[in-house]
Amino acid sequence: MVEKLYIDALAEAIREEFERDENVFMMGEDIGIYGGAFGVTKGMYPKYKDKLIETPISEASIVGAAVGAALVGMRPIVEIMFADFMMDAMEWIVNQAAKLRYMTGGQLKVPLVIRAPMGSGTGAAAQHSQSLPAMFAHIPGLKVVMPATPYDVKGLLKSAVRDDNPVIFLEHKLLYWTKGEVPEGDYTVPLGKAAVKKEGKDITIIAGSIMVPRSIEAAQKLKEEGIDAEVIDIRSLVPMDTETIINSVIKTGRAIIVEDDNKNNGWGAEVLSKLIESDAFDYLDYPIQRLAGKDVPIPYNPQLERAAVPQVEDIIHTVKAIFNKE
Amino acid sequence: MELSKEKLLWMYKKMVQIRQFELKVDELFKKNMIWGTCHLYVGEEATAVGACAALDSTDYITSTHRGHGHTIAKGADLKRMMAELLGKETGYCKGRGGSMHIVDVSTGNLGANGIVAGGIPIATGAALASKLRNDGRVTVCFFGDGAANTGAFHESLNMAGIWKLPAIYICENNLYGMSNPVSKSTAVKDIATRAVSYNIPGEIVDGNDVLEVYEVVKKAVERARKGEGATLIESKTYRWLGHSKSDPRVYRTREEEEEWKKKDPIKRLGERLLSENVATQQELNQIEEEVAKEIEEAYQFAINSPDPKVEDLAKYVYA
Repeated sequence: MVEKLYIDALAEAIREEFERDENVFMMGEDIGIYGGAFGVTKGMYPKYKDKLIETPISEASIVGAAVGAALVGMRPIVEIMFADFMMDAMEWIVNQAAKLRYMTGGQLKVPLVIRAPMGSGTGAAAQHSQSLPAMFAHIPGLKVVMPATPYDVKGLLKSAVRDDNPVIFLEHKLLYWTKGEVPEGDYTVPLGKAAVKKEGKDITIIAGSIMVPRSIEAAQKLKEEGIDAEVIDIRSLVPMDTETIINSVIKTGRAIIVEDDNKNNGWGAEVLSKLIESDAFDYLDYPIQRLAGKDVPIPYNPQLERAAVPQVEDIIHTVKAIFNKE
Repeated sequence: MELSKEKLLWMYKKMVQIRQFELKVDELFKKNMIWGTCHLYVGEEATAVGACAALDSTDYITSTHRGHGHTIAKGADLKRMMAELLGKETGYCKGRGGSMHIVDVSTGNLGANGIVAGGIPIATGAALASKLRNDGRVTVCFFGDGAANTGAFHESLNMAGIWKLPAIYICENNLYGMSNPVSKSTAVKDIATRAVSYNIPGEIVDGNDVLEVYEVVKKAVERARKGEGATLIESKTYRWLGHSKSDPRVYRTREEEEEWKKKDPIKRLGERLLSENVATQQELNQIEEEVAKEIEEAYQFAINSPDPKVEDLAKYVYA
């Protein structure tokens, strides 16, 4: 299989969906000749001019108009330049996209994908760095995914476009230039399915987005110290694949949850509650630990920024503390 | 009059349907038979009917929290509407939506909306879809004077302006956003003048004259279908009843209400039909009676319909 960058795998998925279904198009700021703020649509412009609707800086109406287009049978992909800017569009995400199907008794459907880069690590500070998957995961009617690998970003984007519901598609910025194996041509990764990214028997590390590669790196180092960790990539917060998580914890008897977004009311709390409400509770040898971002806006200074979210050494430290190996 | 008798009587009947439907709803509210709240369209009938008379059945509309009139004008079934208001499984939204969320996809009605200005970007997106597909459809977006002060209004009309969308934005200026008079909420006297900012035509119409509304909307529809872009139409009108059922109307005088009632759009069309010998009083009376029967049938259908099942609570969250 060919190794590709995450950003290229994502672009490939978009182009292939443009080709597959004439109803698929994209809306967003600077997505035309400029290629998008992070370059996702770079080079698409001449060929897909009619598919790339470049918008004014109007996040609320970008999403609102995409909802309207979706209601009449289009399948829009919206690019919001930074996930933080989705706050301007919350009305059309929460009150419209998420609720229209339910409140019309199933008459309407909203096949809409809202993509946005999230997360810290680029020095962009508080208003361009927040990770907010938990906020969206709380809203009934939305699906929420956060692919961590080039393979998953291509397969999940395709599933998101083909799904008849609004899907919030969150891409951690630091993942764009990571590499991984990506098959040529069409394949999908189902929404709502977690993936065991590394098998292990001693402890389960449940991670999402950028924390997946960090957890894998941590697991490799822990192996050298005799701890065999299993890494589960949650991939999708809604729907959530509790089965895979519960089965893994039943096997290992220990779990930590690693989140990029801040801890208070984060998605890890939901995973934790699902675990302790399940049969896995009886198998626990140690209280489940949560490792998440600090409850602060993301700071600018690089040392502070780094300290605001879990790093590889934090994951190692948390796991080792469980095994009393420090 | 240039319009056929059939079309004129259709307009008359639709306005009567809206009026009688709303008065029945008001009556049911007072008997505590309708749950929640409701925003009635009595007095504003000419705007919905005049606009929808200029549309094809395949054209789209978006509506507002005060949406019963638009929904009826676009061709909705009164039985399913009444059933929705009574929260029944046979209602348009299977009892999940109620007054503020009635949608009728079969007539191109993309829905009422409980959020002020909620429909404006949605209509803009439907019009964008028509432009991308070149399907010849137009979208009429109804909203109130209050919605004209939201950011979504500005964003969406700007998009419609730059992309020349087949959209017609109809602002029903009924002089009050809940209690707040337009003179206090809105920096311009006429909302239609805002069209200049979006490089689209802005028209003002007498919102209580169904024929004038029809003529102006028809021109905007023709323009939109020719690819010449959007139009903003301000329809000046008045709601006879309170904003919602809890409104004691302390912000306006009874005299002002009486003045506006003299401009009753149904009475005005009726008088015109009689004076121009288009219809006889007997024909108009017959329409009133037919509609009264339809409303009673709608009520009977609704009251005898089953409630949704509690075990179906989580149905329809996802497609």
